[in-house]
Amino acid sequence: MAGGTYEKYKSDGSIGGNVLEWVDARFPATSMWRGHLSEYYAPKNFNFWYFFGSLAMLVLVIQIVTGIFLTMHYKPDAALNANGVPIAFASVEYIMRDVPGGWLIRYMHSTGASAFFIVVYLHMFRGLIYGSYRKPRELTWLFGVGIFLVLMGEAFFGYLLPWGQMSYWGAQVIVNLFGAIPVIGNDLSILIRGDFVVGDATLNRFFSFHVIAFPLILLGLVAAHILALHETGSNNPDGIEIKANKDENGIPRDGIPFHPYYSVKDIVGVVVFLMVFSAVLFWAPEGAGMFLETPNFYPADPLKTPPHIAPVWYFTPYYSILRAVVWNFFGLDAKFWGVVAMGASVVIFAFLPWLDRSPVKSIRYRGPITKVMITLFVICFFILGYLGTQSPSPTGELVSQICTLFYFGFFLAMPWWSRMDKFKPVPERVTMK
Amino acid sequence: MKKFLIALLFAPVLALASGGNVHLDKWPGSVSDKAALQNGAKMFVNYCLNCHGASYMRYQTLMDLGLTEQQVKDNLMFASDKIGGLMVVAARSDEQKVWFGATPPDLTIIARARGELGNAGAGADWLYTYLRTFYQDNKRPTGWNNVAFEAVGMPHILWELQGTQVMNHETHKLELAVPGKMSPAEYDKAISDLVGFMVWMGEPQQEFRQKLGFGVLAFLFVLFLLAYALKKNYWKDIH
Repeated sequence: MAGGTYEKYKSDGSIGGNVLEWVDARFPATSMWRGHLSEYYAPKNFNFWYFFGSLAMLVLVIQIVTGIFLTMHYKPDAALNANGVPIAFASVEYIMRDVPGGWLIRYMHSTGASAFFIVVYLHMFRGLIYGSYRKPRELTWLFGVGIFLVLMGEAFFGYLLPWGQMSYWGAQVIVNLFGAIPVIGNDLSILIRGDFVVGDATLNRFFSFHVIAFPLILLGLVAAHILALHETGSNNPDGIEIKANKDENGIPRDGIPFHPYYSVKDIVGVVVFLMVFSAVLFWAPEGAGMFLETPNFYPADPLKTPPHIAPVWYFTPYYSILRAVVWNFFGLDAKFWGVVAMGASVVIFAFLPWLDRSPVKSIRYRGPITKVMITLFVICFFILGYLGTQSPSPTGELVSQICTLFYFGFFLAMPWWSRMDKFKPVPERVTMK
Repeated sequence: MKKFLIALLFAPVLALASGGNVHLDKWPGSVSDKAALQNGAKMFVNYCLNCHGASYMRYQTLMDLGLTEQQVKDNLMFASDKIGGLMVVAARSDEQKVWFGATPPDLTIIARARGELGNAGAGADWLYTYLRTFYQDNKRPTGWNNVAFEAVGMPHILWELQGTQVMNHETHKLELAVPGKMSPAEYDKAISDLVGFMVWMGEPQQEFRQKLGFGVLAFLFVLFLLAYALKKNYWKDIH
């Protein structure tokens, strides 16, 4: 595939051709173009679910470009200005009102944050139903889980920056969670905050993590994710290895070059995505209080705790799992076990390639057990997400405990239930449904 | 079976959905009504801006309400002479804290802050209810209480306009004990205008944003047709 197996470009004598030949002798331009685009053979039967990988890349670009412009005007400073407002908070309103086009850039970034998670969740769901994480794509999946973890950190750090009430108290709650870790917990949370409470030091280091450290890691992981994918080739809705059936030229019979076939197809996906994205951005940028939470229109006030602190929607399923654990074990506080459960609920995705023992990859050829389990898992995920936005209540706690139990049961019992199912025969060639 | 399980799982969730706050009157105004917004701006600078800042808002932005620079300077600028200046309060926030016990909150984006999950417009409804439900309560240090904001710190600044309401503790309804300069209908209209101004001030470009959205969507729709045709053309040989 990529790297050295392609012939170097030979100029046809034109200026452009000469330049390309000169470059190609010094840089693998042709070989990268061919290996990753024009001669990267992707299965021809990609469906709706296969748009979300390229859409995640698009949102990443949107976030980076809008982020660059926001950084030009945003001030990570928790000190109060002459009007008694934190400078950071006032600088966001300055962007919204006084910077030409600033409101558009800011709404793109805030809507983009939620869009990123929607797209990534759908992308992960695709992997789940078609068994994309199965051998030989385990590393692609692991890099993907890494991307998801870093993305959560990136979103968490970014959410503090507007320095509103929910920014402040959300960070306070989450950083305090680290305090529940035995022995090192207290020092660890001070190390993260850089202070005994969330303050200017916290704001500045979160800004630094948000604009440089985590984006760098994210870009590296995205590159690794794609390189690993292009090494094995893509899975498809039938879960068939297209490389098992090649023609006389060594090209998979069910494969088509990514460019131009999927580049033109993905443009359609991009435009449809941008239509939905723009509808939210221009007509409902607060996302009904889900994308921009209303308490965050009050500046951070360390002396006034909001009556109800809830994380942004994309964290609420894990927040529910945290709150569902209310028992002390082995002399350790329930809060600690809640943190452990929350961490485990994210990290457990990494083990999917080894938990799934089904003889076929795709849900298309798996039986009712798989379908019911995945449906229930999605329902549990939504219920946990909903409960995470709500104030704690006894009924909510019980429901979240049931859902948490199922959430972990889904993964931990997978080696058994994934094998027990009734399976249909997998066809030799991909199907165009 | 699957449907049954779904219903079973959602039953407790539905049971959890609760309301039960103070009933809010629907704000009857609109941010497109320029005359109402101008009136609201006048109310705001005359009654609110003495204690509350609107410190993210510049006076020149008021020109977007269809006013000239001179009109803004003559009618709406009492605390500043710089058209590019921010609408800040003359009183210092730490002094106000001593006077009132708490710094009166900045009102620039109060209509957005008072919104609710699932209902961003609730902020306007809350303000519209709040400013009309002050009543006399001698147990409070200021002599005033409020239906929407129990034990509110702010006295009823607009009592001269509305008159004095008292709470009928049998019906739990407010009754106008002493009429003000305005009839109840006039007062409701004035408050609607004031709330309209605060909704507009929360995001002065909101109407432009919504209009721009139509343009962007129209462009994307055309682009979609072209992109779809391109895709169809490239893919015609793939079966």
